[in-house]
Amino acid sequence: MKIAITSTGKTLDSQVDPRFGRAACFIIIATDTMELSVIDNENVAAAGGAGVSSAKAVIDTGAQAVLTGNCGPNAELTLSAAGIKLYTGVKGTVAEAIELFKSGKLAEVAGPNVQSHFGTGK
Amino acid sequence: MFNHTLAQVNEMKIAVASGKGGTGKTTIATNLACIVAKTGRKVQYLDCDVEEPNGHIFLKPNIEKKQAVTVDVPEVDLKKCTGCGKCSDICQYSAIVHLKENNVLTFEQLCHSCGGCLRVCPTDAIKPKPLNIGDIEFGKAGGIDFVQGKLHIGNVRTPSLIKEVKKYIEGDCLAILDVPPGTSCPVVEAAKGVDYVFLVTEPTPFGLNDLKLAVGLVREMNLPFAVIINRYGIGNEDVEEYCKAENIEIMLKLPDDRRIAEAYSSGRIILDVLSEYNEEFSELYEKIKSVKAGIGDKTRL
Repeated sequence: MKIAITSTGKTLDSQVDPRFGRAACFIIIATDTMELSVIDNENVAAAGGAGVSSAKAVIDTGAQAVLTGNCGPNAELTLSAAGIKLYTGVKGTVAEAIELFKSGKLAEVAGPNVQSHFGTGK
Repeated sequence: MFNHTLAQVNEMKIAVASGKGGTGKTTIATNLACIVAKTGRKVQYLDCDVEEPNGHIFLKPNIEKKQAVTVDVPEVDLKKCTGCGKCSDICQYSAIVHLKENNVLTFEQLCHSCGGCLRVCPTDAIKPKPLNIGDIEFGKAGGIDFVQGKLHIGNVRTPSLIKEVKKYIEGDCLAILDVPPGTSCPVVEAAKGVDYVFLVTEPTPFGLNDLKLAVGLVREMNLPFAVIINRYGIGNEDVEEYCKAENIEIMLKLPDDRRIAEAYSSGRIILDVLSEYNEEFSELYEKIKSVKAGIGDKTRL
């Protein structure tokens, strides 16, 4: 299964980025083979619609689950429309997040956990 | 020729703006409208601060008409959608997103109504749907023609509503536009195309900081402008020194008078309570007339 983790850097020891739409990058990992790819998030400084655009970018990678800190309503709606499972409140390194996911210790959420513009610093 | 100046000032659009909020835009705009109305000339007050219009508190208009303002957002007929994704590709704001097959999501509040998605759809599956963003209200406040925009809570299309409000500027009178604070898109939309801008500030470091931003904006827009200092007497002399150095005219210095604050806080027009200020605002109106006569002769600054 392919999962996407919002990350502050490009390696497994990077911290999970607490923001979904404006995360620095997305680490896409196949949980069975641990094959890893990184996509830079073009929406870090988007004027608007960062959540939706980032969700679309993640959907296009074929990921089936998203691990992140916080996710707003537009991104959540887009991910759920594509049938992607969402896990929020994830902290620590990307590697730790993957382990938690694999061991079944993360609980899927049904809905956004923050309001729009949460990660814009405004 | 006899009515030359009169005719010109009767066809003038003035924007009352500021960088900083709470400097007295509405105080200046409403009192100026009142003094013009007292001369018997036709004057319009248009509240373009559509996110928080408050001129009505002072002018107490009798609202006679109200009309809804809508913008077009896309509505997708999924039966006609072939899932080509062209709508999603063209949208710069992620307001329409194609996921897979014919699964298309729309986000009305992200849409800027460019109409791109409608045009690129090969199967005509997308139709414009009106989204109600706010209202425009019309009324009379004594001799003043009153117009105000009111953006609905939760909507973000501020410039779109301001643009609609400005369509009701009547060409044959002095139109006073109460502009939102700041220096962003709503301010640009409100100030666009006016003949003159008043930048209202207070003589404090905060006032000066934001005044500089506002001056940068009006210069960029190539609009003639002057400064009005409100609560004159507080703070320091830096605003005056800045204006002098930049060769900016200060058109009015309204003193820091507790009685003005009291009138304001009870929702009253200064001129109704403190008749001595009639002179200050009459002088301001006279200056506007001379400015207008000057603008006609010169190209814009």
